Amino acid sequence: MSTSKLGVLLAVPAFFLAACATEMVEPTGASIGRSPGLGQPAGAAEIALADISIPPSGAGLPAGSGDARGGAKVYVAKCQVCHGEKGAGKPADSLVGGMGTLASPSPVRTVGSYWPYATTLFDYTRRAMPVTAPRSLTNDEVYAVTAYVLHLNGIISEDHTLNAQTLPAVKMPNRDGFVDYSRVR
Amino acid sequence: MKKSGIEDAAPVCAPTSGNPLIERSDRRSFLARGAAISAGLVAGGASVAARAADTSSPAVPIWSRTPGTPMRAYGTPSRYEEPVKRVLTPGYPKVSPGTGSSLTPLQTLEGTITPSGLHFERHHSGVPDIDPAQHRLLIHGLVRRPLSFSPQALARYPMTSRVCFVECAGNSARNTGPEPLQVTCGTLHGLVSCSEWSGVPLAMLLEEAGVDSSAQWLLAEGADSASMSRSVPLDKALDDAMIALYQNGERIRPEQGYPMRLLLPGWEGNMNVKWLRQLKLTAGPMHTKDETSKYSDLMPDGKSQQFTFVLGVKSTITRPSFGITMEGAGLYEISGIAWSGAGRIARVEVSTDGGASWKDARLQGPVLSKSVTRFRLPWDWSGAPALLQSRAIDEKGNVQPDRKTWTAQYSAAHRYHNNAIQTWRVQADGSIGNVYI
Repeated sequence: MSTSKLGVLLAVPAFFLAACATEMVEPTGASIGRSPGLGQPAGAAEIALADISIPPSGAGLPAGSGDARGGAKVYVAKCQVCHGEKGAGKPADSLVGGMGTLASPSPVRTVGSYWPYATTLFDYTRRAMPVTAPRSLTNDEVYAVTAYVLHLNGIISEDHTLNAQTLPAVKMPNRDGFVDYSRVR
Repeated sequence: MKKSGIEDAAPVCAPTSGNPLIERSDRRSFLARGAAISAGLVAGGASVAARAADTSSPAVPIWSRTPGTPMRAYGTPSRYEEPVKRVLTPGYPKVSPGTGSSLTPLQTLEGTITPSGLHFERHHSGVPDIDPAQHRLLIHGLVRRPLSFSPQALARYPMTSRVCFVECAGNSARNTGPEPLQVTCGTLHGLVSCSEWSGVPLAMLLEEAGVDSSAQWLLAEGADSASMSRSVPLDKALDDAMIALYQNGERIRPEQGYPMRLLLPGWEGNMNVKWLRQLKLTAGPMHTKDETSKYSDLMPDGKSQQFTFVLGVKSTITRPSFGITMEGAGLYEISGIAWSGAGRIARVEVSTDGGASWKDARLQGPVLSKSVTRFRLPWDWSGAPALLQSRAIDEKGNVQPDRKTWTAQYSAAHRYHNNAIQTWRVQADGSIGNVYI
C-alpha cells in the first residue's frame, strides 16, 4: 500500500473523530478567542469602595477599634432582635456556646465553637449586618460588636480592644478544625 | 382501584402534571389527584371538572368555535398551569423576608431545562433591583491592570453558551432528618435547576486584566445587600467559568443574578455568585462566612471538610413520586433526572425492589457534561407494594451512594452535599411515600 493511500485511510476516520470532538467540546478557557478589550481602567477610589474583604491575615482591616463593653450597647440596639439576648439565637443563628460538642452526636456550631477566624466575623458583620441595614455600622462599631461576641464566648476579655493589629491575632477555638479539600476534585 | 372525579376528567385536560403525554396514555396514566391536593390545586381540580362537563356533549369545544385571544408581548403559561409554582421557604419571614430559598417543582416538569421562572432561588438578603447602567464588574487584586466592565461592554464580547445545572449545596438537606418527610420530589430535591447559560468566558476577562503569577484564588462578591462572597480557585476560573448574562436565551432574571452572575459548572450553587460585582485575585482563600461557618462539611470526628466544591453524582425519580397516586396495575414510565458535577452521566440504574435488583434506565440525549440528564424506564406495575430507587454513575466512575454509606461519612448534624439514593414507596392502594431504607 502506498503511503498516500494509507494517509487517506487514516485521514478519514481521523476527520470524523475531529468533527465529533469539536461538537462535544465544552467551552473552556483554552478556546476563548480574542477579546475586544473593553475593560475600563479601575481607579483607586472605585477599588477602595469595593475592597472590603478581610482575609485571616487581617490585610485591609480599617482604622478604628472597639471592645466588648462598647459592643454590648451596639449588640442590644442592633443585633439582639434577631440573635437573642447575649447571642442565644432565634430567630437567627445563635452566636454563643457549643464548645467541645463538634465530635458529639449533637454538635452545636456557633461563632465560638466553629468559626475558624475572627476576621471572618468582622468581615461578615461589616458587609451584611444588621440584616435590615447592612453597611450602616461604623468601623468602631464593627470592632466593638465583634469583641462583644468573642467575649460572650470567653475567647477574649471584656476589656480587650480589637483593632487592625489585635483582631487577626485572636485564636479561635476551632482554628485547626478544618481540612482543606480545595484540591480534591 | 379507587377512582375520583378528577381522574375521570384527566383525559380531557392536564392541568396538574403539565405533561400531555401522560394524559394521552389515558387509563394507564398517573392520577394527579394526590399532587393536586398536596400542591393546593383544588381550584385547578374544580376547573377540570367544569371543563369535563363542557365536553360531555359531542359538541365541538368552545375554543374551536370562537377566535382566540390576540398576541401578547411576553407569554405566560396556560392559566390551567397556574398551580405549577416554586415552593417558598423563607428562613426569617419577619425580619428578612427575602432570605431563604424557593424550590423547583421537579415532579411537575419534564425534559431537562428548568423554565427560568421556576429555577430555584437561594438568597441571603433578598433580590436586589439592580440598574444595569449603574452596575460594574470590577476585576482587581493581583492583576496588572485593574479593570471595570459595564454590562453593556460585556454584551459586546464573544460569548459562549452551555447547558448546565446549578445545585445548592444544601439541596436534599430535608432528607437528612430523623424521619422521612412526606413531601413532593421538588420540596425534597428542588434546589437543583438546569438552564442554558450564555455569557463571556471568565478566562477572557482575566487575560485582559493580566493575572499576576502569585494569584491562586479569586474572591467573588455579589451586589446584594448581603454582599455575598466566596473564594474560588483560579484554575476553575480559567477552566470553564463564565460571566453569565443570559439564561435560556433571555437576560438573567433578577432572582438569578441580573445583570450578571458567576457560573462555575458543577460546583456548589453558593459559589455561582449572583449580581456579581467584583472579582479580587488573591494568593489564598478569604475564608468568608459562607465557606467556613456554612457550606463546610462536619465529619463524625468533629473536623470539617472545607472547600468541597464539586457536587456529587446524583439522581432522583420525579415520576412516580409523592403526591401522585398510581391508577392501578399496568404500564408506567419511571422518569427522573440525574446529574454530576464531575462530568457526564454514564448510566442510571433503577430499582423497584428497594435496591435488591437494578435495571439500566434509558438516558435521553443529549447527555451533556455537568448538566441534567433525563432517564426513563418502562415499568409494568403488578399492583403490589414497591420501593423505587435510582442510582446514577458518572463518566468518572463515581457512583451515587446509598443512604447508609452517605450518612456514615458525616456528623449527624451535617446537611450539605446530600447525594444519597432516595426511596419512594408505592403502596398497593397507589399512594406514594418517602421512606428511609
